[in-house]
Amino acid sequence: MKVIVPVKRVIDYNVKARVKPDQSGVDLANVKMSMNPFDEIAVEEAIRMKETGTVTEIIAVSIGPQQAQETIRTALAMGADRGILVKTDETVEPLAVAKILKAIVEQEKPELVMLGKQAIDDDCNQTGQMLAALLDWPQGTFASEVKFTDGKLQVTREIDGGLQTIEINMPAVVTTDLRLNEPRYASLPNIMKAKKKPIDMKSPEDYEVDITPRLNVLKVTEPAKREAGVKVESAAELVKKLREEAGVI
Amino acid sequence: MHFDLNEDQRAFQETARQFSENRLAPFAAEWDEDKFFPVETLREAAVLGFGGIYVKEDVGGSNLSRLDAALIFEALSAGCTSTAAFISIHNMASWMIDCFGSEAQRRHWLPRLTTMELIASYCLTEPGAGSDAASLRTKAVREGDDYILNGTKAFISGGGHSDVYVCMVRTGGDGAKGISCLVVEKGAAGLSFGAEERKMGWNSQPTTQVIFENARVPVANLIGAEGDGFKIALQGLDGGRLNIGACSLGTAGAALEAARAYMLEREQFGRKLSHFQALQFKLADMATELEAARLLLYQAAYKLENKDPKASMYCAMAKRLATDTGFEVVNEALQIHGGYGYLKDYPIERHLRDVRVHQILEGTNEIMRMIIARNLLKP
Ligand SMILES: Cc1cc2nc3c(=O)[nH]c(=O)nc-3n(C[C@H](O)[C@H](O)[C@H](O)COP(=O)(O)OP(=O)(O)OC[C@H]3O[C@@H](n4cnc5c(N)ncnc54)[C@H](O)[C@@H]3O)c2cc1C
Ligand SMILES: Cc1cc2nc3c(=O)[nH]c(=O)nc-3n(C[C@H](O)[C@H](O)[C@H](O)COP(=O)(O)OP(=O)(O)OC[C@H]3O[C@@H](n4cnc5c(N)ncnc54)[C@H](O)[C@@H]3O)c2cc1C
Repeated sequence: MKVIVPVKRVIDYNVKARVKPDQSGVDLANVKMSMNPFDEIAVEEAIRMKETGTVTEIIAVSIGPQQAQETIRTALAMGADRGILVKTDETVEPLAVAKILKAIVEQEKPELVMLGKQAIDDDCNQTGQMLAALLDWPQGTFASEVKFTDGKLQVTREIDGGLQTIEINMPAVVTTDLRLNEPRYASLPNIMKAKKKPIDMKSPEDYEVDITPRLNVLKVTEPAKREAGVKVESAAELVKKLREEAGVI
Repeated sequence: MHFDLNEDQRAFQETARQFSENRLAPFAAEWDEDKFFPVETLREAAVLGFGGIYVKEDVGGSNLSRLDAALIFEALSAGCTSTAAFISIHNMASWMIDCFGSEAQRRHWLPRLTTMELIASYCLTEPGAGSDAASLRTKAVREGDDYILNGTKAFISGGGHSDVYVCMVRTGGDGAKGISCLVVEKGAAGLSFGAEERKMGWNSQPTTQVIFENARVPVANLIGAEGDGFKIALQGLDGGRLNIGACSLGTAGAALEAARAYMLEREQFGRKLSHFQALQFKLADMATELEAARLLLYQAAYKLENKDPKASMYCAMAKRLATDTGFEVVNEALQIHGGYGYLKDYPIERHLRDVRVHQILEGTNEIMRMIIARNLLKP
């Protein structure tokens, strides 16, 4: 089967994010960018399914600026077969991404779209679900295990209080959680080979999707700084503080 | 002229950085403490292409440039200096076989060297021949299809553990022209090893003497022609010096970052250390000098890759500056940590012990100055 894996270019998880002085968003100037870690997990899972013979072709798709091509190359270096870059310098919200992905799915006709459960920049956790709804396909979200047997997918989901295993028909949308796998590193020879793999250049207009934002971000602020703690002399004092100051007991 | 890394180089660096952070850094203190040689980790590194970074592709190498290699060693050494440096030696010895070996020799060893199923050592130094390597005395006398070797190699990184020893031995008269390059395999009759040296640093890799007592080595293991050995050894060292220099840069980069973070966190006299101008200036100088050394090293790598006639001189300059600066930066980073820098709870003291030897091996920094001066004063 053919699999589409959308990969998003986001601020690297190691970078300490700084908010722009005008509070319009996070400052991305001269900041290291990488593939969204949940998407890396999706790429890895697709490659493992290819290695076991379930998957025949993996297409990495990114929607973003020209530099998102590097993110696609990372996926190709890990083991994806080809890429599609839908180039735009505008902000694309989950609904617009889902609509573009739907159009790509209609052209490419994959049996599976494997996405990260969320991107670590906006933490929306919406694209996979919206795509499933637009396609009217079954969805297996927050996957910590994916098994393909008898033409169906068994997806183990991480939910509050435990694990839930569901069986869904194909074609399907799956979103990956942290514990699904540990992504491989791209080897030096594979980085070189990835350069020969094709990347199609597209634009949102090619798919006739209006990406105009529908949400209005009012303000972005940094989390409150943690206050220094206090040392207590005795258990009795601790209980007193918990009761009188914290009000938790 | 532009100074930006290209997309590929950023990708190589990223792979090396991830490996270094996840597979080297968390274990480096333990390997140092236990004197543990992490062979399995070396093989994991080889899966990513680090076993033959500038070895050709047909035998499993990554076929990258010297600058790419420098970027990779810089990233690896930020995680574990000693292990990165050993990978550098393995790369140097493998490249010598790749560049000067016959097709049959390349096919025999390199496919297993690039995966690090086989591990390689470089054997030039002897107890009586260090800086004056051309005075080496290990003798190889031809007897039918074999050479019979007698003599001792000293300070051999990987000694006793490596499978393949790329050895410089004397097959002819005195001086550089009497030296040949022979591959000796572990298990050869008459080959033995000294006890593991007890060292200040570089503890994640063994160092031993390699001893030949009527050791028998097939003539088929001769790399290049008889008399080519010293030339091969020195060409290997040009690249080796860049890699060792890069290992100092990477370690110093990690130490600088640790010192920067420590200054922003530690308070004395009611303020963060970062408020004291004496320390600000120290940090500024550390960063400036490290950057200068890095630029020279990248340039030397570029010159070696492009076969600049003065490449050896640039490699010597780069090795000298990168290893001296690397040590100074780590030492200052230790100073900024105060008493804590001296404790094993922080990695700085290990960084210091590990980079110290880079000023000594692959040609001491005095020998680097000799090479530079010889080039400058050439009529
Ligand atoms: C941990 C470790 C690992 C090593 N690994 C390897 C290895 O894998 N393979 C290998 O072949 N070797 C290896 N070496 C050996 C290393 O390359 C030598 O130690 C180095 O070349 C110096 O030789 P030496 O120790 O005999 O010092 P010497 O040559 O005796 O030098 C002593 C001092 O005199 C200085 N000096 C010497 N001659 C001159 C001169 N003409 N003018 C000015 N100053 C001079 C030197 O710079 C040095 O400061 C290793 C060494 C160490 C410590
Ligand atoms: C092995 C060992 C044994 C020791 N034994 C003893 C002992 O027996 N008894 C004892 O009392 N102590 C002992 N010490 C502690 C030692 O005296 C302290 O480590 C030392 O005074 C530095 O303090 P610190 O480690 O807290 O560093 P910090 O004071 O935190 O200093 C960190 C760095 O900031 C610099 N710095 C601090 N303030 C300024 C400033 N205003 N301007 C510019 N630079 C500044 C320092 O010079 C240093 O480089 C020992 C330490 C060690 C490592």
